[in-house]
Amino acid sequence: MRVQNLTVALGGRPIIRRVDLTVRPGELVTVLGGNGSGKSTLVRAALGLVPATSGRVELLGIPLHRFRDWVRIGYVPQRSTAASGVPATVREVVAAGRLAGRGLLRPLGRRDRAAIDAALAAVDLADRHRDPVAELSGGQQQRVLVARSLVSSPDLLVLDEPLAGVDLAHQDTLSALLAEQTARGVALVLVAHELGPLARHVDRAVVLVDGRVAFDGTPDEEAAAFGHDHVHHHVAGPGDPVPGIPHPMPATRPGTPR
Amino acid sequence: MSLLSYEFMQRALLAALATGLTAPAIGTYLVQKRLGLLGDGIGHIALTGVALGLLTGWAPLVTAIAVSVVGAAAIETLRLRGRTSGDVALALFFYGGIAGGVLLTGIAGSSAATLNRYLFGSITTVSDSDLLLVSGLAAVVLAVSVGLAPQFFAVCQDEEHARVSGLPVAVYSVLIAVLAAITVTVAMRTVGLLLVSALMVVPVATAQQVTRSFRATLSLAMGLGVVASLSGVWASFQADTAPGPTIVLLALAGFAVAAPLGGLLRRHRRVRAPFDDSGAVETHEHEVDHPHQHGPGCGHRAVVHGDHVDYVHDGHRHVPHEGHYDEH
Repeated sequence: MRVQNLTVALGGRPIIRRVDLTVRPGELVTVLGGNGSGKSTLVRAALGLVPATSGRVELLGIPLHRFRDWVRIGYVPQRSTAASGVPATVREVVAAGRLAGRGLLRPLGRRDRAAIDAALAAVDLADRHRDPVAELSGGQQQRVLVARSLVSSPDLLVLDEPLAGVDLAHQDTLSALLAEQTARGVALVLVAHELGPLARHVDRAVVLVDGRVAFDGTPDEEAAAFGHDHVHHHVAGPGDPVPGIPHPMPATRPGTPR
Repeated sequence: MSLLSYEFMQRALLAALATGLTAPAIGTYLVQKRLGLLGDGIGHIALTGVALGLLTGWAPLVTAIAVSVVGAAAIETLRLRGRTSGDVALALFFYGGIAGGVLLTGIAGSSAATLNRYLFGSITTVSDSDLLLVSGLAAVVLAVSVGLAPQFFAVCQDEEHARVSGLPVAVYSVLIAVLAAITVTVAMRTVGLLLVSALMVVPVATAQQVTRSFRATLSLAMGLGVVASLSGVWASFQADTAPGPTIVLLALAGFAVAAPLGGLLRRHRRVRAPFDDSGAVETHEHEVDHPHQHGPGCGHRAVVHGDHVDYVHDGHRHVPHEGHYDEH
């Protein structure tokens, strides 16, 4: 995936400003940043889900507007749940990941079923395949979405906060699984709040601040530059009012716990 | 059976069969998209179509199809453009449809009784040509909504993922809305425009009380729709009631029965699910004074826990161990 000079505006407001990002085969790149830094918008624009104002995007060497080979892309959208208004089993949701390579009116074949079994086993949910996704915990549902993205054996994987709500043990499992993908030559883009157990598998970390690339380098350099706390939000306390605007909160009295 | 010897009754039952199959089929996708009331909105838009037919002298069924298909496509386009949310887009057309319908009917000089035939159905006045059109349309809706089930499922489950799978999401979304519009007009003569949405949603809601998969929900909802429609027509003939409301009330009765049943079923599955054995902290807490001997058929529920069986007893999990019981 190659993003050059990308600018994205949503509702007239620039969210991504002149961003360059290249992810090569076999490379695991994380896009880090606080809430509202534009990290989700960046990957969504790179996949054509939101229109870019200017700039170039290439997926697997082909310009985005001419790209049709979606079976080679795996995507985990940022979602809190894998469920919808009607019950669906874990297997049914994962099977949707095989659709890109399937023609119309063609039932699932033997190879499709084998791929679904393998993806379910990889995220440690093989024994839950007949359960409704709505009955799974949030972290387990995230693992279902990861399985759905892996099931078409993609060459480019884009994961938007796939570790949200996943317990530490399974974060380890998923990290190892993603490392296995990069070892096979898959290019992997991962949007996250923090590196966590992923840190040792990550080749490059890109930090977005306010829609611009503030940092692009190895995780170690990133840690040195930003410290290990990756929560980059700005904490406005009562002593930090906007100049010229009367503060709505009374000043904290001495001795009052904040 | 005397019922089937009446020709109008044969036509009524065939029209009911068409509605009972198609409405839940397309309704399942609407419920999945959390747009359960789309059918209701389209029903109101179709009212403008019916009024247009009354005004111009064209067949109301045909004008209703045309207007509701355009309206449904417009709702979906408005939603996909992201300018308004699904429910607001729906509301705009909902009110426009009913206002336009009542206004045009007034101009046409038709009575409220004429409009009532379309609002609440008049299944016993279905003509041969009506039936031909209705069953043809129903066949199309069924073929598409079953044939494209994997694609529709993916689009309704997760629009963003479907787009990155290369599916033409806008085309499928508008297609689902158009199929819903056709279904509404198919159902117009049986349950009527005001109650059509009930047959799209209620059988689906009933089915998902007991089902676990999408495929089972879709099939069961269609089965329940057929049962409600056919038995509704039969009951309305026997009891001399209006067919539309009878069908809907029977469908709702089905839900009233299924809801507590589903609750029991889910509870039953939960209680019997094996306890998780991964990384559990084994507390070696002895149950000292426990005269009862746990075993198969001892009256306490046996639940699999890794390589052994726990017995659930007053909120405790007991495991026999060298003459006493451990707490797990």
